[in-house]
Amino acid sequence: MTEPVVRRRSGIRGNEATAGWLFVAPAVLILGLFLVLPIGMALWVSVSGWNGQGSPFAPGVPFVGAQNYADLFLAEGLTRENFMISIRNNLYYVAVAVPAQTLLALALALVVNQRFLKGTSFFRTAFYFPSVTSSVAISVVFLFLFANSGAVNALLAMVGISGPAWFADPRGLLHLVLDGLGLVDVDNPPAALTGGGPFGLSWWEWLAGPSVAMSTIIMLVVWTTSGTFMLIFLAALQDVPVQVEEASLIDGANAWQRLRHVTLPMLKPALFLVITLGLIGTWQVFDQIYVMSQGKPANTTLTPAYLSYRTAFTDFEYGVGAAISFVLFLIIVVMTLVQRWVMRDRDEVRPRRRWWPRRGSTS
Amino acid sequence: MVRAGLRAFVAACLLALAACGDASGPVPQRTGPADLQVLIGSSGAAETKAVTEAAAAWAATSGNAVTVIPAQDLDQQLGQAFAGSSPPDVFYVDAARFADFASVGALEPYADGLPSAGDFYPTLRQAFTYQGRFYCAPKDFATLALQVNEDLWAQAGLTAADVPRDWAQLTAVAERIAAKGITPLVLGDTVERIGAFLVQAGGWLISPDGSRVTADTPENLTALQYVQQLLRTRLARYPSALDTGWAGEAFGRGLAAMTVEGNWIRGALAGDYPGVRYTVHELPTGPAGEGTLSFTTCWGISARTPYRAQAVAFVEAMTAVDQQLAFASAYGVMPSVTTARERYLQAFPADRAFLDGADHAQGPVNAPKMGNVLSDFDTQLQRLAVADPQAILRRLQRNMTVALRD
Repeated sequence: MTEPVVRRRSGIRGNEATAGWLFVAPAVLILGLFLVLPIGMALWVSVSGWNGQGSPFAPGVPFVGAQNYADLFLAEGLTRENFMISIRNNLYYVAVAVPAQTLLALALALVVNQRFLKGTSFFRTAFYFPSVTSSVAISVVFLFLFANSGAVNALLAMVGISGPAWFADPRGLLHLVLDGLGLVDVDNPPAALTGGGPFGLSWWEWLAGPSVAMSTIIMLVVWTTSGTFMLIFLAALQDVPVQVEEASLIDGANAWQRLRHVTLPMLKPALFLVITLGLIGTWQVFDQIYVMSQGKPANTTLTPAYLSYRTAFTDFEYGVGAAISFVLFLIIVVMTLVQRWVMRDRDEVRPRRRWWPRRGSTS
Repeated sequence: MVRAGLRAFVAACLLALAACGDASGPVPQRTGPADLQVLIGSSGAAETKAVTEAAAAWAATSGNAVTVIPAQDLDQQLGQAFAGSSPPDVFYVDAARFADFASVGALEPYADGLPSAGDFYPTLRQAFTYQGRFYCAPKDFATLALQVNEDLWAQAGLTAADVPRDWAQLTAVAERIAAKGITPLVLGDTVERIGAFLVQAGGWLISPDGSRVTADTPENLTALQYVQQLLRTRLARYPSALDTGWAGEAFGRGLAAMTVEGNWIRGALAGDYPGVRYTVHELPTGPAGEGTLSFTTCWGISARTPYRAQAVAFVEAMTAVDQQLAFASAYGVMPSVTTARERYLQAFPADRAFLDGADHAQGPVNAPKMGNVLSDFDTQLQRLAVADPQAILRRLQRNMTVALRD
């Protein structure tokens, strides 16, 4: 019998594969060592009962399967409650911070992009300044600003408003608004809402909205990140060809029409980038929480990233802490995919609809 | 290519496993001069200096080397050190975190073997006892007492004889103060302050041996109802309600006539509000008599240290009577041993109320995994004025029981 001849591709390009691997080896090694390997280790910790003593890979460390994940979603108890509260807090945080910082950054970029504005470079520097300052330093400054007898409350007092005790106020903004409209009574919430809700948290608690304390952190983050995003928008704006704008001028478009139908569509890739970075950054918020509130008051500034840290390092529940961070990772991936789907290019004619992004497409 | 990547990944994981290696089993002990790493969670420059000097003196006389490292964040640094199998030999352990460390086998149970083991105050011994073993030597301690603002007291027409001795007198005197338009009492809104009322009512959250949850009891309910009454009638206010960060700030600014704080309030008032004149008294008694809370830290010795004997000798030197009195005058703490009591009182007669509290003080909850549960209890206590005390205690009972079972 004769074996089928396996033809090896050879010839002038035969050794290129080896050379290619050789060239990418440093990057692969570094990524593997500092990215893939730690993620794999953390994945193991998230399904183990490691208590933080010695190596998590020592023989005695038990494998507990999905137990840590079940604690977060299924098992009734404080672990699930705290986790769900942190998810709720972060949802509201993202829902407010991402649109706010995107709009503010866009507005700032449009303003400093004006050719008629004097001192443009001064404003660009000024708006970018918060982004290059240490977030810990800014957090501490905000602590002073929003202290009970701080500058913000002093300013409010000048116009006759008695400001809240910002960092000590756990009341949810949505609760306050509903209460203000006379729809519900905060001290005596409707039984229909307090009765039950998903994941052990009542509907009333899900609908709390960001607390007053959380809203100060939102303000801080919007202020610090809008500078960076302004730069991204600015770069995109300067790529908009002058001819296109002139063409629209000749067509008789007014300023708003030019913005809405010419400038904004051309900014779409930048918008996608800004929203993606914003989503990732806001879901991972940690340092501001760690410096300013540590989850207080009444857990209303607890976020999954901070809860993960606290669970692992102060409660020695490393497994649950790692599980939280993987859930957070999944949330971010799903959010980004959803956003990519929402912002897909609808004009493009596709041979076949598919929900996943096409390889190599850069939209 | 995907498969090759996977293979490489698996290989890397196995390599990592082999590299990390096994870290269990007894640690071989080394004799002779030791090089001790001591990690401390210092209260400030004064404590760091005092401990460093004392350690250097011990090192010089005993022939060992000691490195004192002040931690930025003690909990986190210890967590990392344990996970990396390279913990310091000796470190501070807060009583509130003690059971967490003891339950995972991080601590060497050495304290029963100390010659001075019987000399420590019983409340402090209990705070560092887990499953019947006395683990580590208390470093020093503080208790809660009642501080009275002399000027506001006089303004309300009260004298030294009016300092409340029990709950009924506290209510009565508070009403007289409130009638003058002064806030009578500012009270911290956590279990670390309100817990004293539980003890005075004869209750506490957990049985003395830390094995059984006793949160949902009639005694605790009595205490919470009493505090709730004070809050509802505005005889007591939480610090946040007075726009302050903690009770000491409200008291120092003269916003309230009384507060319940520990020894640390002396340093805080002297530093921030040197003008305020105040006296310190024992807490009023409740239905079950006297009661206060104690706060303490111990000298933990790592279960993985190769220098066990040397570390124990170091702790012995640090907890000796003379050394503790030196620490007391350096940074204002109370010695943890009863034989230092008289000499301490001679040096600091004004601290008698704090020190007398040791006889009926309750330490923190000495069971593991309670951090989350107790911070949830704190959250509930912040709403005590409008909440149902029975529901709060039921919730706490449930959460503590679950945490204890795990």
